[in-house]
Amino acid sequence: MENSRRRFLKTAGYSILGVGAGSMLIGLSAHPTKAAGSGPSAASLFKQRPENREAERWGMIIDTRKLNESICEKMQQACHSIHNVPDIVGKFGNKKHEIKWIWPTEFRHAFPEREAEFLTEKLSHKSIIPVLCNHCDNPPCVQACPTKATFKRESDGIVMMDFHRCIGCRFCMAACPFGSRSFNFRDPRPAIKKENPDFPTRMRGVVEKCNFCAERLAVGKNPACVEASEGAMTFGDLNDPESEVRKLLAEEFAIRRKPNLGTFPSVLYIV
Amino acid sequence: MNDKNKIITGLVIFFLVALFPFWFNLIFGASDAAKGPDPVLTDKAKEAETCVADTQFMRTEHMQLLDQWRDTVVRDGQRIYVVENGNKYEASLSNTCMDCHSNKADFCDKCHNYASVTPYCWDCHTYPEETK
Repeated sequence: MENSRRRFLKTAGYSILGVGAGSMLIGLSAHPTKAAGSGPSAASLFKQRPENREAERWGMIIDTRKLNESICEKMQQACHSIHNVPDIVGKFGNKKHEIKWIWPTEFRHAFPEREAEFLTEKLSHKSIIPVLCNHCDNPPCVQACPTKATFKRESDGIVMMDFHRCIGCRFCMAACPFGSRSFNFRDPRPAIKKENPDFPTRMRGVVEKCNFCAERLAVGKNPACVEASEGAMTFGDLNDPESEVRKLLAEEFAIRRKPNLGTFPSVLYIV
Repeated sequence: MNDKNKIITGLVIFFLVALFPFWFNLIFGASDAAKGPDPVLTDKAKEAETCVADTQFMRTEHMQLLDQWRDTVVRDGQRIYVVENGNKYEASLSNTCMDCHSNKADFCDKCHNYASVTPYCWDCHTYPEETK
């Protein structure tokens, strides 16, 4: 009796081992491509464009002394037409559904904690401070995103959106202290005046914001607003002491929005 | 086996009914049967002869390839796709795929409708007829 139970357990153990190993071998041999990952073959690979502009941390300096309302208007126009940003207010008249990547605002709205009792005429009455996503070095929106749809690009510090992954929870909008993000409450396509075929549109239910013109940097160009700013904006690598932005910062005093929050914005203002 | 006749008759009727689609098609012409989709290639696509991978792969795996393109372009910023023979392509649905296959209705939609899949690419990405 003792002997036969022992033999039974032994046989059962070997059988389980055999079946397990066998099915594993079959599984591996049946799907060699699945085991090796997707894609036609390992020989194909991805590359950067040769004209791609690289930096450790892209940054922007906005000299508001050189700006007026018409230039601000032009900058917004250039950005929004290139990125297929819908004109929701113009089309549907609903201010709450407005979508914007860059827009001019008054000094007291851009820098609430810096409001002075007596401001210059220009700063106190005119919307001449262009505000956009600050591409923070420590972005709170990235921490808030549950799907990693918003991420900070390791290579150059741009805070980007992967619209494919955005589930529209709007945690990032709550997390962003600068209101730089807009939500597509409705299908944006009918509100796009002229679609730019080189850039995708968005769909209903995703959040969008400025991407520092990542697609233009990839072809060696400056961001659209910088080109339209008539010299008021400077774009460059904040981590490179020889860059244009750092040279300008060595001469001029520049401030950032809401520095006390510790997000370390990469957009600086000379006021 | 007293009910031998009844049982055999019943079996014959059962098989006739069960196999109806097969014998019906055999007798009354399979030519009327629904055909598989037949996507149309544009002149530009025919001229190019090869896509970014061979036809069989593109037919079965183009969705995985597009997913790979989208992740690499959006998240890693690498926009050039190099294939085995050294040819380089911009990894872009709207600007590369739709450049040759500019006939979305006769190319993409034909198979997608047949297979009853509704990819949401076109909610955001543009195709040639749309932007004209």
